[in-house]
Amino acid sequence: MMSLLTKLLGWVDERFPLTSTWKAHVSEYYAPKNFNMWYFFGGLALLVFVIQIVSGIFLTMNYKPDALFAFASVEYIMRDVQWGWLLRYIHSTGASMFFIVIYLHMFRGLIYGSYRKPRELLWIIGMIIYLALMGEAFMGYLLPWGQMSFWGAQVIVNLFSSVPFVGPDLAILIRGDFVVSDITLNRFFALHVVAIPLILVLIIVAHLVALHEVGSNNPDGIEIKKNIGANGHPVDGIPFFPYMVVKDAVAAVAFLIVFAAIIFFGPDMGGYFLEYNNFVPANPMKTPEHIAPVWYFTPYYAILRAVPPLFGSQFPGVVAMGVATVIFFALPWLDRGQVKSIRYRGPIYKAFLAAFVVSFVGLGYLGLMPATELYTWISRVLAVIYFAFFFLMPWYTKIDKCKPEPDRLTSK
Amino acid sequence: MTDTVDHSKRNMLLAATAAAGGVVAAGAGAPFVLSLMPSERAKAAGAPVEVDISTIEPGSMISIEWQGKPVWIVRRTPDMLKELNTHDSELVDPTSSVPQQPEYCNNATRSIKPEYLVVLGVCTHLGCSPTFRPEVSPTDLGANWDGGWFCPCHGSRFDLAARVFKGVPAPTNLIIPPHMYLSDTKLLVGDDKQSPSSVPDRKMSENSPLNGADSKGVAA
Repeated sequence: MMSLLTKLLGWVDERFPLTSTWKAHVSEYYAPKNFNMWYFFGGLALLVFVIQIVSGIFLTMNYKPDALFAFASVEYIMRDVQWGWLLRYIHSTGASMFFIVIYLHMFRGLIYGSYRKPRELLWIIGMIIYLALMGEAFMGYLLPWGQMSFWGAQVIVNLFSSVPFVGPDLAILIRGDFVVSDITLNRFFALHVVAIPLILVLIIVAHLVALHEVGSNNPDGIEIKKNIGANGHPVDGIPFFPYMVVKDAVAAVAFLIVFAAIIFFGPDMGGYFLEYNNFVPANPMKTPEHIAPVWYFTPYYAILRAVPPLFGSQFPGVVAMGVATVIFFALPWLDRGQVKSIRYRGPIYKAFLAAFVVSFVGLGYLGLMPATELYTWISRVLAVIYFAFFFLMPWYTKIDKCKPEPDRLTSK
Repeated sequence: MTDTVDHSKRNMLLAATAAAGGVVAAGAGAPFVLSLMPSERAKAAGAPVEVDISTIEPGSMISIEWQGKPVWIVRRTPDMLKELNTHDSELVDPTSSVPQQPEYCNNATRSIKPEYLVVLGVCTHLGCSPTFRPEVSPTDLGANWDGGWFCPCHGSRFDLAARVFKGVPAPTNLIIPPHMYLSDTKLLVGDDKQSPSSVPDRKMSENSPLNGADSKGVAA
C-alpha cells in the first residue's frame, strides 16, 4: 500500500512539482521561532476568506439579485431554506470578523515594522487586498436591499460625484442609473460574487508567494536569514509544518469558538454587525433617521465628516478620506527608523503610535455617532493626529533614540 | 523524561485529533449539504391538490400539476376497461408486482374506482411526459394498439392502466400517486390519509389562488 502511494507520488512529481512545492512553502518553509500571538491573524484571515467563499457560494444558490426580489429572497433564506439562517449569519458575521482579523494583522505589521525593506512589496500587496476587501464588503452590503444597503450605497456612490469635472458622470457610470437601482444591485452582485473574489484569490496567492520569497518578519524585527545553520536553514527558524501549523490550529479553534458564539448568540452584535434598519426593505423615498456605515468603515467616514466643505465643494473631505485609506501604502518609505520592531524603538515612536491607535479607535467610534458639533470637533482633532502619525513619521522615526537590536532572536 | 519518542502514544494522539477534527468537519458540513435539500417553500409546493372530476368526459383525460409534475386523470369507458385484460402477455408486469402504486391500487385496473385512473405522467425511462393516445389502431402505432400512452422521447408504450409493454426502454409501469376520493366528484391527489370532513378548510387556506400567486411572486 505505502509503496504504491510512493510510486504514485513519484509518478506525479515527474510531471508536476508537488513534493517540491509542499517543501518550499510548507514543510521546509522556515518561520522565526519567536512568533507570538500577533502572528495568528494572517492564517486566521485566510480561514475567514475560505469561510466567506464557501458560505457565499451557498447563499448565491438562493439569493436573487433583483430589486423586486432581493429582500424577500434573503428572508426566504432566513426562514424557508434549511439551515439558511446559519449560512446567512456565517456570511454576515464573517464580514466583520474578516475586518477584525485584518486590522489586527495590519497592526502587527505596524508595530514590528513588517513593511520595511525587504518586505515593501509584501506590504503593498497586502494593502491591495485590504482595499479589495473594502470594495467587496461595500458591494456585498447592498445585496440584502434593506434601508441601510440602499442609503449606504447612495451616500458612498455620491462621494464620487464630488470629484471635480467628471464627478457626476462618474457616479452615473458606477450606478448605471441616475439613482441606486435594480441595475446597480445587479452589477454589484456580479462584482461581489465573481470579479472581486477572483481578484482576491490572485492577490492572496501573490501575498503568500512574496512572503515566502523574503521570509517572515518577527517580533524582534531582525532577519533570521543572516544566521544560516549547517543544514542550510536559518538557525532561529523552525519548519512551518508541523510546528506553526499546530500552533495556528489552536488559534483557529479559539477563533472559531468566538465566531460560533457570535453567530448563535448575537449575530447582529447589537446593531454593529447587522444594522437594525437593514431589516426594513429599501425605500428610495425615505432616508432612515440616522445612517452610519458598518463599523469597519467608520474611522474613514468620521474623517470625511470632519473636513468642512471648502470652496463650496465636499471634495476635500473625500480626498482626506481617500488619503487616510491609501496612506498606508507609503509606510515603507515614511519610516526612517534604525530598527523595525517596537521592542527597540524609542519613546517618541511609541507615543506617536499610541496616539494613532487612540485616533483610529476614536474616529471609528465617532463615525458611528450622529454628527453633533462637539463630535465633529473631536473628529477634527483625531483626524489631525491620524495624519500626523504618517506625515511626521520621516522626522520622528529619525530622531528617535532606538535601543540596539540583538544578533539572535530573543525567544525565551 | 527520556528523549526517545513514544510512537504508540503519538499515533494514538494523532488518531484522536483526526477523529475529533473529522467529527467537527462533518458537523460543520452538514448544514451546508442540508441547505441543498428542498426548502420549506418547495415542500409547501408539494402539498396535495384537490381536483373536480365531474367534468371529465368518458374516454378523455385531464392533466393537473402536483409537486411540479403532471398527474393524469383518465375517465375510462367500459370498452376501454374490457380491453385491459386482453394483452397481459405483451406486458412487462401485468399484475403490478413492482410497487409502483399504493396498496389500494394494486389491482387489475390500478385504481380505486375502475372508471378513473390517476397516474403520474412521467415516463419511468428518463422522465419525459408520454402522449395520451386513446384511439384504437392508429396508423403510426399499429393495429394492436388498444389505446394508452406513447412516449415521444424514446418510444415507450403504456396501456390504459399505465402498464408498460415489453420491448420498449421503460423498465416499469408508470407511478400511481397516493390519492383519495373526498366525495364522488372530488379527488385529492398527493394524500390518502385525510378525513373528508377536514377538507373544506384545507382548500380555503392552502389552495386559494391568492396564496398561490403570493408564493409564486417570491419564487420568481
